Amino acid sequence: MQRRVYMDHAATTYTKQEVLDEMLPYFKEIYGNPSSVHGFGREARKAVDLARERTAAALNVSPEEIYFTSGGTEADNWAIKGVAWANKERGNHIITTSIEHHAVLHTCQYLEKMGFEVTYLPVDSYGLVYPEQVKEAITDKTILISVMFANNEIGTIEPIKEIGQIARERGIYFHTDAVQAVGHIPVDVKDMNIDLLSLSAHKFYGPKGVGALYIRKGVKLHPFIHGGAQERNRRAGTENLPGIVGLGKAIELAVSNLEENSKRLTAMRDRLISGVLNSIENVRLNGHPTKRLPGNANFSFEFIEGESLLLSLDMKGIAASSGSACTSGSLDPSHVLLAIGLPHEIAHGSLRLTLGDDNTDEDIDYVLEVLPGIVKRLREMSPLFAQHKGGKHYV
Amino acid sequence: MEREIYLDNAATTPVHPDVAEAVMECMLHDFGNPSSLHRMGLRAEKKLKETRERIASALGVDPEGVFFTSGGTEANNLAIIGTALARKREGRHCITTKVEHPSVLNTFKYLEKEGWEVTYLPVNRDGVVSPDDVRRAIRPDTVLVSIMHVNNEIGSIQPVQEIGRLLKAQGNSPVFHVDAVQSFGKLDIKPVQWGIDLLSISGHKIHAPKGIGALYIRKGVKIHPLQWGGGQEKGVRSGTENMPGIVGFGEAVRWLEEEVDRGYLYRLKGILVAELTERVPSAVINGPPPEEGAPHILSVSFPGIRGEVMLHALEEKGVYVGTGSACSSRRGHMSHVLEAIGTKKDVAQGAIRLSLSYLNTEDEMRQTARIIGQCVKELEGFVRR
Ligand SMILES: Cc1ncc(COP(=O)(O)O)c(C=O)c1O
Ligand SMILES: Cc1ncc(COP(=O)(O)O)c(C=O)c1O
Repeated sequence: MQRRVYMDHAATTYTKQEVLDEMLPYFKEIYGNPSSVHGFGREARKAVDLARERTAAALNVSPEEIYFTSGGTEADNWAIKGVAWANKERGNHIITTSIEHHAVLHTCQYLEKMGFEVTYLPVDSYGLVYPEQVKEAITDKTILISVMFANNEIGTIEPIKEIGQIARERGIYFHTDAVQAVGHIPVDVKDMNIDLLSLSAHKFYGPKGVGALYIRKGVKLHPFIHGGAQERNRRAGTENLPGIVGLGKAIELAVSNLEENSKRLTAMRDRLISGVLNSIENVRLNGHPTKRLPGNANFSFEFIEGESLLLSLDMKGIAASSGSACTSGSLDPSHVLLAIGLPHEIAHGSLRLTLGDDNTDEDIDYVLEVLPGIVKRLREMSPLFAQHKGGKHYV
Repeated sequence: MEREIYLDNAATTPVHPDVAEAVMECMLHDFGNPSSLHRMGLRAEKKLKETRERIASALGVDPEGVFFTSGGTEANNLAIIGTALARKREGRHCITTKVEHPSVLNTFKYLEKEGWEVTYLPVNRDGVVSPDDVRRAIRPDTVLVSIMHVNNEIGSIQPVQEIGRLLKAQGNSPVFHVDAVQSFGKLDIKPVQWGIDLLSISGHKIHAPKGIGALYIRKGVKIHPLQWGGGQEKGVRSGTENMPGIVGFGEAVRWLEEEVDRGYLYRLKGILVAELTERVPSAVINGPPPEEGAPHILSVSFPGIRGEVMLHALEEKGVYVGTGSACSSRRGHMSHVLEAIGTKKDVAQGAIRLSLSYLNTEDEMRQTARIIGQCVKELEGFVRR
């Protein structure tokens, strides 16, 4: 049988057996509605409370500051719109970056239509945001700074602590989309002066459809979903009980094994990166060489369409991605790759391989074995390659 | 202790074993992100499509019109705020009833703060709104009418078919939204024939997991998205799809469509009501006569006994019931639904809600009536002392 290698963990991860085991009773046995006052409800409530405690412990915050949502997208939308509407008397200016996930970018664009002003900070060629630029962008109307913890496409880790400090000094709320970071790299909310933080379970071996927003005590923000009194009156809707239980278990597991896993993944990632750079010509690594997520490798191959590359890899049993999962299918090149200065044609030829717990050294060997041949074959079919041979290169 | 009898199915239901299996299978093996281009992604996308078709077929609508959400609450929020924002240039008046679920009422309260005007129609003693009242409330600037199909506290069934027809006869034709969270899977719903533009449903009321729901949007009806991002669900509702929830939802609907006898719940309710009225003649049924209400909801009060006391007494004997709606049951003030049907305060305070599912048995109905009878006797004695 053909080897199957899943290297798309930034799009989504499988759900771990320990997590599933913990969720299972909450479907058929302890299925009460956490708002019900009887025993079934109380048991359900207890499970939600435990998950909240585990999540809080993982982030070094208190459980009352954790609010469960339907995922990372909802957490991002809530944080940004919630702060914008609740603080519009204080100002209408928001600072974010040009490499955020669409859950942040499109929410900010919506707010622009509603009369808010948004500064989209540029990044350098590694995808790094400069705290100095954040500081310079602040006006007396600034109510929110939203900078992602780590980028989902190129894996670059942003200087969150420095930006948090600036925001705190100026009394401006600081939100970070930590969907790609939580469970993979250390996140200490208190130490980093974070006011709002988004996370999503399916990025750290929990189930899809559940996430959380950390809201520091005292932060003013409007509810996003209206209705019953769930989540202490801030997020209505019957709680996704098994999902929340799964999130709690997954985050506990991820954080307790974080150092060890991160070391293992980083070593594999670096071997993959140097293997690709050494065996293939006209290729560049996107993102920062060291300030990057342990599992992330992102390359651009000249003269190649990323989609063809994906299909060829898929036929060899390798699941990868060209950009973020959400935008695949669209023909526009990734906004992140454009923001780090890649020309359109190079941005089109990019490949994201994101490693996870189930990958092994043999998986890396296998990718290194098949990738050069695929790249070579695709280039031979490319008219661009023929034209540009010996010509100008960007990499 | 005797076997446990779960009669709080309007709050939430146990997941059906076949559903649980499908959910597990999805998490273990088909864990791909439907937006991914590789095989794992395509497999997930296929499941997503199949489930959308299954739910569409249960409603008799076009699959293109089914949009997954995180539950009934989000579906109601999306329907109401989404319509209000999409049509704000045409008018800012909405119509609803006084007996809606908090996810509708509080969303309208929010719109009122933002400058919309909302008419809250009264209901009669049975909890039913009059189509004539709806007609009279319509103004040239009315953009949305939102009326629930089955009330979650007393089980009254609203004449949504008639209201849909009369709305379609209006010149400006306001968008018609129906919260069908309690009726889906229990009563017939025909959005197309009934002139319904938007319809909310939720998985955990029909033996699918919590945290999944859907909004049906008739083709051509404009909805402003609430949640922005990766453009999933055709941009109407961004966010990585809750695939296990979606697959579970589909399996539950399959089970309901293929294996369940729709008449069963009315039979159960009939037995429960007959036995209960025989054993406890003083019991007061709140809301519509049992045979006119929804098949799975019965609100009853026992004079002189507070609902919470009754609930805990029943719980000691292994019978789990609700008081009012689960969402507001922790707050302790009088139910807005019982208030709207003119229930006296002491009767309202005595209300418990018995809500059934296809997994309950006839024998459980008889046992429940017997146990309630016992509790009433014990508690009455206690009260008199
Ligand atoms: C950085 C980032 N933010 C937000 C999201 C959205 O989270 P979810 O998939 O839970 O909606 C994702 C993943 O898709 C992401 O990578
Ligand atoms: C009539 C009605 N509408 C909406 C809802 C909310 O649905 P969900 O619990 O999925 O958020 C409920 C249940 O709680 C309900 O009974």
